Amino acid sequence: MKARLFAFCALLSLSAPAFAVQPDEILPDAKLEQRARTISADLRCLVCQNQSIDDSDASLAKDLRLLVRERLKAGDSDPQVKDFLVARYGNFILLKPPFEWDTLLLWLSPFAILGLGAAAMFAARRKGEDKPAAPLSEEESARLKSLLGQSPDEGQA
Amino acid sequence: MIVELGHYALVLAFALSIMQTVLPFWGARAHEARLMAVARPVALTQFAFVALSYAALTYAHVASDFSLANVVENSHSTKPLIYKISGVWGNHEGSMMLWVLILTLSGAAMAAFSRAIPPRLLADALSVQGLLCAAFLLFILLTSNPFARLSPAPIEGADLNPILQDPGLAIHPPLLYLGYVGFSIVFSLAAAALIGGRIDAAFARFIRPWTLAAWCFLTLGIAMGSYWAYYTLGWGGFWFWDPVENASLLPWLAGTALLHSAAVMEKREALKIWTIFLAILAFSLSLLGTFLVRSGVLTSVHAFASDPQRGLFILGILVLFIGGALFLFMTRASSLKQGGLFAPISREGALVLNNLLLTASCAAVFVGTLYPLALEAINGDKISVGAPFFNLTFGPLVAPVLLLAPLGQLLSWKRGDLLGAAHRLFFAAVCGLAAMLIFAAINGAPVVAFIGAGVAIYLIVGAFTEIFGRIFPSGLGSSKNAFYRAKGLPLSAWGTAFAHAGLGVTLLGLAATGWGVEKIVAMKQGQTYDVGPYQLEVIGLTSQQGPNYKETLAHMSVRRDGQIVALIQPAKRFFTTRRMATTQAGIVTLNFGQIYVSIADQNESGSLDARLYWKPLVSLIWVGALVMAFGGGLSLSDRRLRVGVARRAAKIPAGAQGAS
Repeated sequence: MKARLFAFCALLSLSAPAFAVQPDEILPDAKLEQRARTISADLRCLVCQNQSIDDSDASLAKDLRLLVRERLKAGDSDPQVKDFLVARYGNFILLKPPFEWDTLLLWLSPFAILGLGAAAMFAARRKGEDKPAAPLSEEESARLKSLLGQSPDEGQA
Repeated sequence: MIVELGHYALVLAFALSIMQTVLPFWGARAHEARLMAVARPVALTQFAFVALSYAALTYAHVASDFSLANVVENSHSTKPLIYKISGVWGNHEGSMMLWVLILTLSGAAMAAFSRAIPPRLLADALSVQGLLCAAFLLFILLTSNPFARLSPAPIEGADLNPILQDPGLAIHPPLLYLGYVGFSIVFSLAAAALIGGRIDAAFARFIRPWTLAAWCFLTLGIAMGSYWAYYTLGWGGFWFWDPVENASLLPWLAGTALLHSAAVMEKREALKIWTIFLAILAFSLSLLGTFLVRSGVLTSVHAFASDPQRGLFILGILVLFIGGALFLFMTRASSLKQGGLFAPISREGALVLNNLLLTASCAAVFVGTLYPLALEAINGDKISVGAPFFNLTFGPLVAPVLLLAPLGQLLSWKRGDLLGAAHRLFFAAVCGLAAMLIFAAINGAPVVAFIGAGVAIYLIVGAFTEIFGRIFPSGLGSSKNAFYRAKGLPLSAWGTAFAHAGLGVTLLGLAATGWGVEKIVAMKQGQTYDVGPYQLEVIGLTSQQGPNYKETLAHMSVRRDGQIVALIQPAKRFFTTRRMATTQAGIVTLNFGQIYVSIADQNESGSLDARLYWKPLVSLIWVGALVMAFGGGLSLSDRRLRVGVARRAAKIPAGAQGAS
């Protein structure tokens, strides 16, 4: 199924032999166009593999780009444009997943791993800290010296 | 006939892999030296048979034997020879053949060059390697046989996917696989060490050359793949956080962490359990990547075919090896004595921090890649995880690694002097700040770009600070004998410096993308277009016939201050057999930056839709990767750490070592 989807995507790019943003799409207002580009970079081309509509050749991406520009011309703010598209296509269209209950693990786990790792390291250190600190008992140091071939009195200086 | 021989050789290789799995393992348990010794010749022969089989498949492709389904589906008689050879791995069956070829090559390399490794450990390791080979050979024979015949044979083939008809295909997969599969040696050794239950600092020494070699290949493979995407996909992007790209980044991150933790284990006998875990992780992530790409769970240019049966089989292999290794790890790791304590401010302390951050960043990529799949399986919600997510998670986790790398190099083992190290980094920091100001003054916004560039310069200068201090111990005044001191430094020290500097070079290239200029225009002949400091002009359009495609070339001149500095020919190719079009970007490298032009078809009015880019310093992204791999190579060729050295050194009596 997914392979067919990809083939479909490839086909789409065939029928529209151009690439990504085309000259005739560009808005005359440079500021508005810049906003359109920024928004487009965060929106996923729904039939492609992790490509933004700004990068994609697919004709669906082109339709979405035009839609973004239409909304901007109609006076929508950036979040309004995104909300409009999410209402239509769901969160799937956002390349940056929203911070919600079911994405909590996604956003937090890398940092949780860092925190857990640091805690484990700290714990390991605290556990190990007293070990080297324990000095040799008299008996042990005497034995050490005799092993090293010295009498206990020598080397005291 | 040759094809049948190839098929038969593959079956024989499978039989040998079973032998390699069972006999040495049994020998190690029964203390039978002769059984253990079987492993080495069997590993070598097995490689020879797989190589033979691979050669037979290549022959079928080169000779355009259209009685083979694999050749029919992926080749064409007019396809240029280089793509007939590289096209062998440009499809599912062939790429699995390449995978197994390199897997058996790894086994053979381990058998041939690891005489320093204790015989029991080697026997167990080769046994694990044998099991890996058996699993993948069985996978090929049962689900992805490249030698399947077709009757009646068609007269012509369907040709290779045009996107893959590129020199990149000849280089990228072999390098990447050498990296992926190279980690299998480390994995097998780790599993064997866990089976044997004895792990000491020598283990770090055994895995070090293999880890380094696999890491170098993986670095080059990823860089090559990224450059390939950059010049063929036509919009100048080089990394898309595509799940398949992430699949290659994961083992790279784990491998990088492994390199650093193995250094601690070798020098201080600490981090033993952790190093073993990373050794398992690096290859497990390679396997996971294979599963993601080959099973059809994901779709991309890399997934040639999807078939649920194959997916299940690979999933089985995945569960067997990752699960098995982790089970061994869980049951054995607790009995391992964790040795070597250390102060937080020391080389090993810095390396632990490096490992912590690299692992967390690896986790960010891992979660970002798999979370959408998991979520969809659990509650059917479809979400996308793209570049903005990774910029917010991977970015901040990796940034401290960049800042700390030079500091770690300057701290000494056991007890480091943080203030002293920071003092010695003063020069690097000044260079970085100066660079930041200069870049900000010349190129201006965005802020990320000049901050990144400043950090990059700091990283490059910082990478060589330690070496510089060792060559000129009391400042530049002590330049007498400096050359001899430089020559006397261990190559691994140079290797570290170059690898870190390479990272800085890549970062500089990445930062500079912020200053890129993009223009989307309908170009008219005779009119010039400003792109950054250059002017582009269309001179004319021509059409020509390639071996299996038609192409339209746009001839353009690149001028600076009125002088023509380069001519470029971006093109649009149309492959007749598959009826697919590809873009060939026109690229010229000028002062490490690139002018990049991709064209679409000509409009009815005669103008030409084109994307024009000026990408300053962009080539440094890949130059940096080359420098990193060069550093790895230097480290690898360090006499003290070469494969097999431990054995020779062991033969020299302790007293004689000073004399030699």
